[in-house]
Amino acid sequence: MAEAAIHDDGRDVVETHHAAVAHGHHGPPTSFIRKYIFSIDHKVIGIQYLLLALFSVFIGMIMSVLMRMNLTWPGTKWPILATLFPEGAPGGVMTPEFYLSLVTMHGTMMVFYVLTTAPQGGFGNYFLPIQIGAEDMAFPNLNMLSFWVTFVALAVLVAAIFVSGSTVIGPTGGWTGYPTLSAIGDKLNVPGMGMGMNLWIISIAIFCIASLLGALNFIVTLLNLRARGMTLMRMPLTCWAWFTTAVLALLAFPVLLAAGVLLLLDRTAGTSFFVPGGLSNGETVLPHNGGSPILWQHLFWFFGHPEVYIAILPGMGATSHILSTFARKPVFGYRAMVFAMFAIGLLGFFVWGHHMFISGMSPYTGMAFSILTLSIGVPSAIKTFNWLGTLWGSQIRFTTPMLFAIGFVSLFVAGGITGLVLGQSTLDLSMHDTYFVLGHFHLVMGVAAIFGMFAGTYFWFPKMFGRMMNETLGKIHFWPTFIGVYAIFIPMHIMGIVGMPRRYAAFTEYEFLRSLDPLVMFVTIAAIVTALVQFLFLYNFFWSMFKGEKASANPWEATTLEWVVPSPPPHDNFAGNVPTVYRGAYEFSVPGAPEDYVLQTTPDATSENVTPAAHGGVEVSGNGGNGHKH
Amino acid sequence: MAVTVTNTSATTGTRTDKGTPGIAERWRGGGSGSRPSGGGGGSNGRSWRDDDARREALMRDRYRIGMWVALASIVMMFTALTSAYIVRAGISTDWRPIAAPPFIWVSTALIVASSLVIEAARRAARRGAADGLRALLFVALLLGLGFVGSQIQAWRQLVEQGIYVATNPHSSFFYVLTGLHGLHVLGGILGLNYLLFRLTRANGDRAAAVAKYQTLTDTVALYWHFMDGLWIYLFLLLFLWR
Amino acid sequence: MGRALGVLIWLITLASVLLFTNGSWWFPPSISEHGPAYDRQFLITIIVVGLAFTAAQIGLGYAVWRYSARRTGERAVYSHGNNKLEALWTVITAIIFIGLGIAGQRVWAQLHFRPAPAGSAQVQVVAQQFQWNFHYPGADGKFGRTDPAKINDSSLNFIGLDEADAASTDDSVVGSLVTQVNRPVELTLRARDVTHSFWVPELRFKQDAVPGLDIKVHFTPQQVGRYEIACAELCGQLHYKMRSFLLVLPEPEYRELTAMSQAQFQKRVTELFTKYPLARR
Repeated sequence: MAEAAIHDDGRDVVETHHAAVAHGHHGPPTSFIRKYIFSIDHKVIGIQYLLLALFSVFIGMIMSVLMRMNLTWPGTKWPILATLFPEGAPGGVMTPEFYLSLVTMHGTMMVFYVLTTAPQGGFGNYFLPIQIGAEDMAFPNLNMLSFWVTFVALAVLVAAIFVSGSTVIGPTGGWTGYPTLSAIGDKLNVPGMGMGMNLWIISIAIFCIASLLGALNFIVTLLNLRARGMTLMRMPLTCWAWFTTAVLALLAFPVLLAAGVLLLLDRTAGTSFFVPGGLSNGETVLPHNGGSPILWQHLFWFFGHPEVYIAILPGMGATSHILSTFARKPVFGYRAMVFAMFAIGLLGFFVWGHHMFISGMSPYTGMAFSILTLSIGVPSAIKTFNWLGTLWGSQIRFTTPMLFAIGFVSLFVAGGITGLVLGQSTLDLSMHDTYFVLGHFHLVMGVAAIFGMFAGTYFWFPKMFGRMMNETLGKIHFWPTFIGVYAIFIPMHIMGIVGMPRRYAAFTEYEFLRSLDPLVMFVTIAAIVTALVQFLFLYNFFWSMFKGEKASANPWEATTLEWVVPSPPPHDNFAGNVPTVYRGAYEFSVPGAPEDYVLQTTPDATSENVTPAAHGGVEVSGNGGNGHKH
Repeated sequence: MAVTVTNTSATTGTRTDKGTPGIAERWRGGGSGSRPSGGGGGSNGRSWRDDDARREALMRDRYRIGMWVALASIVMMFTALTSAYIVRAGISTDWRPIAAPPFIWVSTALIVASSLVIEAARRAARRGAADGLRALLFVALLLGLGFVGSQIQAWRQLVEQGIYVATNPHSSFFYVLTGLHGLHVLGGILGLNYLLFRLTRANGDRAAAVAKYQTLTDTVALYWHFMDGLWIYLFLLLFLWR
Repeated sequence: MGRALGVLIWLITLASVLLFTNGSWWFPPSISEHGPAYDRQFLITIIVVGLAFTAAQIGLGYAVWRYSARRTGERAVYSHGNNKLEALWTVITAIIFIGLGIAGQRVWAQLHFRPAPAGSAQVQVVAQQFQWNFHYPGADGKFGRTDPAKINDSSLNFIGLDEADAASTDDSVVGSLVTQVNRPVELTLRARDVTHSFWVPELRFKQDAVPGLDIKVHFTPQQVGRYEIACAELCGQLHYKMRSFLLVLPEPEYRELTAMSQAQFQKRVTELFTKYPLARR
């Protein structure tokens, strides 16, 4: 048992109690492998997830630039392509199947290995336990397992690149893997739809299992391991976001897993879950019978729509957290934010049909899905209003994380609002599968979520690595990125209105797309510039890890528990002194308080809880409790 | 137990230095509980000691809660497969239900029996009966293995009739559902093994070991009952709804 | 910094709004009966969207401009929110959003809930990698039987038309969709390999052709001319090339054409392509 308080070497943790110490389930590892590779420390695992996502996001981004180049300068010979992919781009000109394999791999990498892993597995793993005052996740070994299973899933996806045939770098059926193309593509001689497609499904299935293990851990950790005084309504909004996301993942991924198993059987065992009879390859009738391609779409989008919120909710949480911190103002409408998040999560399970308005689904069902879809805009709007409310009357400090958080709000509005168009079954008749959809979801679940991650990285980097990221480089990164993403994705809406279909390997075949050539060029140039700027971030990230300015425990003068521990935190987060929480997460600019922020651990003088008499054996010791000067 | 608290007297001292004592009083009052849609309540009025006891119980209970959460995701997977089953049965012209292979009945008897035995084991654990617990768990393990063996026999009976996974949609679903259920049962068998291993290795104070692994025993029993219930559900789905 | 960001947000908003309003790029003119109603609903929605987008960005830009921390020691307003405001904006957005959704159902209902009008022309569409086949019943108004086993690309029987069936003798299967102006036409969409999607931007609708399903959809073209048909659902490597044409003809030309045998039909369609060039954009 902790006999005496350990303090107060400039740190803010000064309290401990019996229960917390009982949690200490593992000592610090000593060997390199246990410490950095097969670690069960949630902080190391969080960083592992972040690095995995960082790898994937740059691969995915480079793929997107290659796609843009092919669309903009069709037929141009790129010597580098000829060298790298002699058969995928013979003579340096991309084949259409190579383009489609880029489409598929870009989507798969980004959706699964970036948007699902970094915000939840990365930041959530690192900060959820610290923010609720736990010494680790509820099941540290399971946590390690979920990362390594994710790693195996990514390895299988990478393997798919090499078995798909020399002309492509993966399957060519898109990240949605619609049958019958995904089920019988190889029998129709579609490139990339053989062994590569099998490995793609296996990769996704393994990823589902990893996500389920992670979600289970998050939920139990949050429910069972909160520190003394950390009531649900005192949790940072980030924790609410990670919790809601975990619930969504827990309920959505099993459905994708089931669908994946059935699709794999259709491909390899000759079953007919998704493949109907009477299909022909032009000579012979294929040996399937009675399946339904629409069934896959229902199962896939039952997962796929919650997946959108799995990607964006942690970004919303981080944005609320960071906006409040740098606005020096409590989150406006904390409860409304929590309820809105839950409403989004719940409604997210009842709107999947809006991906299928033109699929041949019953039109009455389509109508119901349309109305439900528009109602999910309401909690999203509530969140936006509350972010603006948080900024109103504030004292904003324009740090790099704050810039990205404000950028998140702007992009979330810009991307989300066009959901009002796409959610209407009528308007989807023309907008479906055009660049309008591309602009919409890239802004809202792609770029906005990435801005949430950037904000989180700049914000939490000092905590994770004990050094600040370079602010000047950070700001140079922000401005062109913010302008760039708008320049890329807003014109895509216009292209969609004119009618440009997505997943086209070239726009050379259609007269009605001619007028869009200048816009296509504009978007591509914007994309190349924006992509180049991202290497600045990469440089800043790794440079700062070793050369950045040393960070104090609480460089941003924030209030939540991760800022009461040293940077980086010790092995079990609180060195045995798990704090007690006395107040809500965002007590900024409290009138009468000595500083413009009050830590969650600052004791509550009027409460019985700190009256020494209320506790048997309370020992008062030390001074300068919060590390503030009084 | 020693609880250490910040030097409250120092901070209390500063209160009087600040402008109006009334405002100072308010900020020390613990945040925003009384304010509309505020960022969480102040003191909850309950003493810390109750809170600590509750939290320790939660800590011990995390395996059981975790199991409930895991079961929710398993439910989702089989719900998805059920909806696929119903849809596929509804749209098809080629739906020819297979007859239940006789070994299915053996499987059902075995898994129901194992569930009863597990329940007896769980109660033995509650009583602290260490030997009884181990014996019963061992029997349950054998019954579980028997179930898996019997399921494999059922598959072989179908194969002998020439019914394979791709023979018709109903047989496809039969193999998929029994296969996935069987995988989950194998997971349960691993869990039983682990529990038995733990109990056997604690050869010192057996009663203490039983108490120590009480939650684990409850968790394994919960999963096992669920597998039993899931099997009965699948059995009814496959051979009543067709 | 705050001012710069505020101004930048406003400039981006202005640029986005200008891109939508300057008229350089917009829908092609609509040619179907439900087109104007579609365009109206789109316009109403995009105006609501544009206003909401502009208002939110102006508000955000104003907040970052106005509330940058300048003097040290100054504190922000200490507020945890306002329940009345929450209720107010929840109700207002709910009314606008759900109202839009309900208003938008009109065109949907017109297209999907009403059966095709009596006297509609019938065309069966069979999509395949990577071409469209349009099957016309000929003079007898009856479609010949089709059988997947008879599909043979090398003998150009793309849809598996059974020539033993008497109803099939006057049928034509060609690569273009021919319709008569102002006469409703009902398409029965099929796919013989993978999912495709029938789409003509000028018609303001697309509909998937799904293997195993017969999906019916009807429309009335109101403008004589030639229009491009695109595939809008990823169907394989040459998806981007799966182009065909919709010909909307005056009644005499349409009658003459549909009475022809397949070979003449095909030839005549090619001639009509020169007569009706694609609209320049």
